[in-house]
Amino acid sequence: MSQATFSLATLAPAMPEMVLLTLACALLLIDAFLDEGDRHITYWLAQVTLIGTAVLTIFTVGPSLVTFNGMFVADMLSQLLKVAILVTVAATLMMSRTYLELRGLLRGEFLTLALFGTLGMMVMASAHNFVTLFLGLELMALSQYSLVALQRDSVRATEAAMKYFVLGALSSGLLLYGMSMIYGATGSLDVSRVAEVLERGNSPMPMIGVFGLVFVVAGIAFKLGNAPFHMWIPDVYHGAATPTTLLVGGAPKLAAFAFVMRLLATGLQSMSTDWSQMLVILAVASMFLGNVVAIAQTNLKRMLAYSTISHMGFVVMGILAATETGYGAALFYVIAYTIMTLGSFGMILLLSRAGFEAENLEDFRGLNQRSKWYAFVMLVIMFSLTGLPPTMGFFAKLFVLQAALEAGYTWLVVFAVLISVVGAFYYLRIVKIMYMDPPSGEMTFEPRTDARWVLSAMAIATLLFGLAPAPLMDLCARAITASL
Amino acid sequence: MPILSLVIWVPIAFGIAVLVIGNDRNPAPARWVALVGSIAGFLLSIPLWRFFEPSAAMQFVENAPWIPRFNINYHLGVDGISMPFVILNSFMTVLVVIAHWEVITDKVSQYLAAFLIMSGTINGVFASLDAIVFYVFFEAMLIPMFLIIGVWGGPNRVYAAVKFFLYTLLGSLLMLAAFIYLYQQTNGSFEILDFHKVPLGMTPQVLVFLAMFMSFAVKVPMWPVHTWLPDAHVEAPTGGSVILAAITLKIGGYGFLRFNLPIAPDASHLLDTFMITLSLIAVVYIGLVALVQNDMKKLIAYSSISHMGFVTLGFFIFNEQGMLGGLVQMISHGFVSAAMFLCVGVLYDRVHSREISAYGGVANTMPVFAAFFVFFAMANSGLPATSGFVGEFFVILGTIKVSFWYAFLAATTLIFGAAYTLWMTKRVIYGAVGNDHVAHLKDVGSRELTFLGLLAIAVLAMGIYPKPFSDVMNPSIDALLRHVAESKLR
Repeated sequence: MSQATFSLATLAPAMPEMVLLTLACALLLIDAFLDEGDRHITYWLAQVTLIGTAVLTIFTVGPSLVTFNGMFVADMLSQLLKVAILVTVAATLMMSRTYLELRGLLRGEFLTLALFGTLGMMVMASAHNFVTLFLGLELMALSQYSLVALQRDSVRATEAAMKYFVLGALSSGLLLYGMSMIYGATGSLDVSRVAEVLERGNSPMPMIGVFGLVFVVAGIAFKLGNAPFHMWIPDVYHGAATPTTLLVGGAPKLAAFAFVMRLLATGLQSMSTDWSQMLVILAVASMFLGNVVAIAQTNLKRMLAYSTISHMGFVVMGILAATETGYGAALFYVIAYTIMTLGSFGMILLLSRAGFEAENLEDFRGLNQRSKWYAFVMLVIMFSLTGLPPTMGFFAKLFVLQAALEAGYTWLVVFAVLISVVGAFYYLRIVKIMYMDPPSGEMTFEPRTDARWVLSAMAIATLLFGLAPAPLMDLCARAITASL
Repeated sequence: MPILSLVIWVPIAFGIAVLVIGNDRNPAPARWVALVGSIAGFLLSIPLWRFFEPSAAMQFVENAPWIPRFNINYHLGVDGISMPFVILNSFMTVLVVIAHWEVITDKVSQYLAAFLIMSGTINGVFASLDAIVFYVFFEAMLIPMFLIIGVWGGPNRVYAAVKFFLYTLLGSLLMLAAFIYLYQQTNGSFEILDFHKVPLGMTPQVLVFLAMFMSFAVKVPMWPVHTWLPDAHVEAPTGGSVILAAITLKIGGYGFLRFNLPIAPDASHLLDTFMITLSLIAVVYIGLVALVQNDMKKLIAYSSISHMGFVTLGFFIFNEQGMLGGLVQMISHGFVSAAMFLCVGVLYDRVHSREISAYGGVANTMPVFAAFFVFFAMANSGLPATSGFVGEFFVILGTIKVSFWYAFLAATTLIFGAAYTLWMTKRVIYGAVGNDHVAHLKDVGSRELTFLGLLAIAVLAMGIYPKPFSDVMNPSIDALLRHVAESKLR
């Protein structure tokens, strides 16, 4: 009986996931017995679940541990990403609470789906096998499709959910197809085993491996939102309710980064010359398209969607260097991006009221006259997205550019630099609208104090990591080193 | 005592304090705190002058690790080239705070905070010895300036602010790429002084030179990337124009000395004709453009470009007179252009027009002001015994050693400069009283007298006895020239 060797202790690396799963199921049950007026209990339970899991994850930080027959790994990279994911989701829910309440969306389903989505992301962060990776991805994606569709009465949201689902399913198909080809080429689904076979160069069918790689890269580009696989981003960002947009656009990028790390950087590292070329195209197309099209947008959510595409171009630029410096820089970039996304969408949530979505650029007119502090918060976020010091966005860009130049992509760096100036224009326009235009209409801030604190914390974090980026950068670099 | 850190961070701290205590209904406390902050910043910068050793070495050095992984250090220090600018900047901040007093009534605390924070970051630009620290200050400076022009400026302010921002950003991002390249060439150092030493082939040198040129040429500004300046100047509030003209343009000139020349000496020699040509176009052509302006601020803006052409000319003829002349010209232009903008500001506050044709015969109603205006106009056209003369004279002296025709063209500025400045003076100050507005003008009050007087003293002192400046600058200039004379080609 080989089962006899099983002991509960070997599952310890997956403890945070199990806790989250249990609590999420419990939440689903508890919510069924709650009255409509007691929804805040569900909300707080969800928060406790997220924060508790985050604390648990921090306490389980240790040397790399593998479980489930090598399908699941808990190393520093996964812990760092998990904590970031959990905190991001917790912050998202906190900032969204008032918005959801006012629209009757703060239901058990919303919170449970958010938790299950989070679980999917955590599994992705820890996956060490193509199957685990795919399971995590689908758990995350399916929760998100439903989250977008949750607003049944809204035509826009339904349309967005439809597009998201069809394109998402297509990309999952591509990914799975690619994975199966890699399996054919290497005979394994285990990340380390694949790496080993490719490293030794004794793959039975090397050509199939390259084909598989193409599909895998396409699938990754879908999830990250890189041009030319970006079509879903603007529609979903625009169509979904703002909290959902934040759930789709914030933490999942962290998970997608884990995905890239496990698949490309660990599993297919020896094919890096092949995938680097593909990523160069993705990076150039994303930065160009994202920045240029964003200029034409008048809807802030759409504009931020295109800005996301361009930022993901930068992330890819760090990855395509295929060096530890590059991965570290990309990880720093993703974290910076998440903080800035929380800040920018948090501002939309702050200004939204019952029956009013503050999603047009016009809605920010004269914000400085109404609230100096929140205008400043948005100013910091916008300049950080531009990549101007002394904000975090600058160092994110600096590290990525440095890594790309080190890897010899001089022309790409010059291109990225020039296209950033184009990007500066539309971020600047928001600052202009807030500071230089007269206010129009009323402007009230509905969200509670805790939501405002979280929002302010994002701006402060952006500034703080801009003034002292060293600790976080070190953490990122150590996580990458530990995972490779 | 970490004087340089204090000079940088004290104004910034006061700026934040002003923001915190700011109250739009009762701006008085914010104003006084800002005044105290700016004076504190200026007083703190005095020891830099007092304890400066006349040598080429970096002084008041501070060095602490900032981002160890990339070997980025918080490394500060000044030499004879940068130290005078720190003091000039701290001094100008005091003037700007005094000058705003009765004029700015909208969002006062934010206005003052922007200036104080900018003052700190500009000091940081001049004091940085680490390229990334330099870049951080260099870019951070854009944010307050963008807001100053865009929020408190004239009717076309938004256009001007965005233009200013994007022009400068484009240049500086290319410079950042050059920094990262140099970081690799030095095997992992962002120290500016290591950049100076690293050997580079001709092609990399030219590319690095051009990348940095883009950044600094926009700042100076050199023809043909100067077009943001007239817009920004015209639309900026008086304080913004003063800081723009007196300080931020100097960062461009300073950048050439600190980066382009020593990092890419061979490229500098290769491209010297190019640089001299651009400088001469600025001097002559922009001088002619200034002649036809109807707007006083625009005229002074073009005159600034023309004067800065002298500065770059002086730098790229590679001799001591030229370089010293360029540096002195930068300091002097700081005083004179600031004074001219403040004078226009004084008139604008009363009449709310910058058009030359809206004035005439101001001397009849504002005799004291007229005296100052004429004096500064003379300084602007380079009259001997004013600071404006010293720099131009040295540059022409240096240029004539290189080529008679360069010197000849440069010297035409003495004619054009006098022509546009004095012609404007004639139309604004002299003649019969032009209209009702002018007839009811009140002469300058004690507040305005303070800043005009301080500037007049500075202009005269520097014109009559420039030796203290040249004593401070000379060792650094000599060292720089020796460095530039050596080839870095492998």
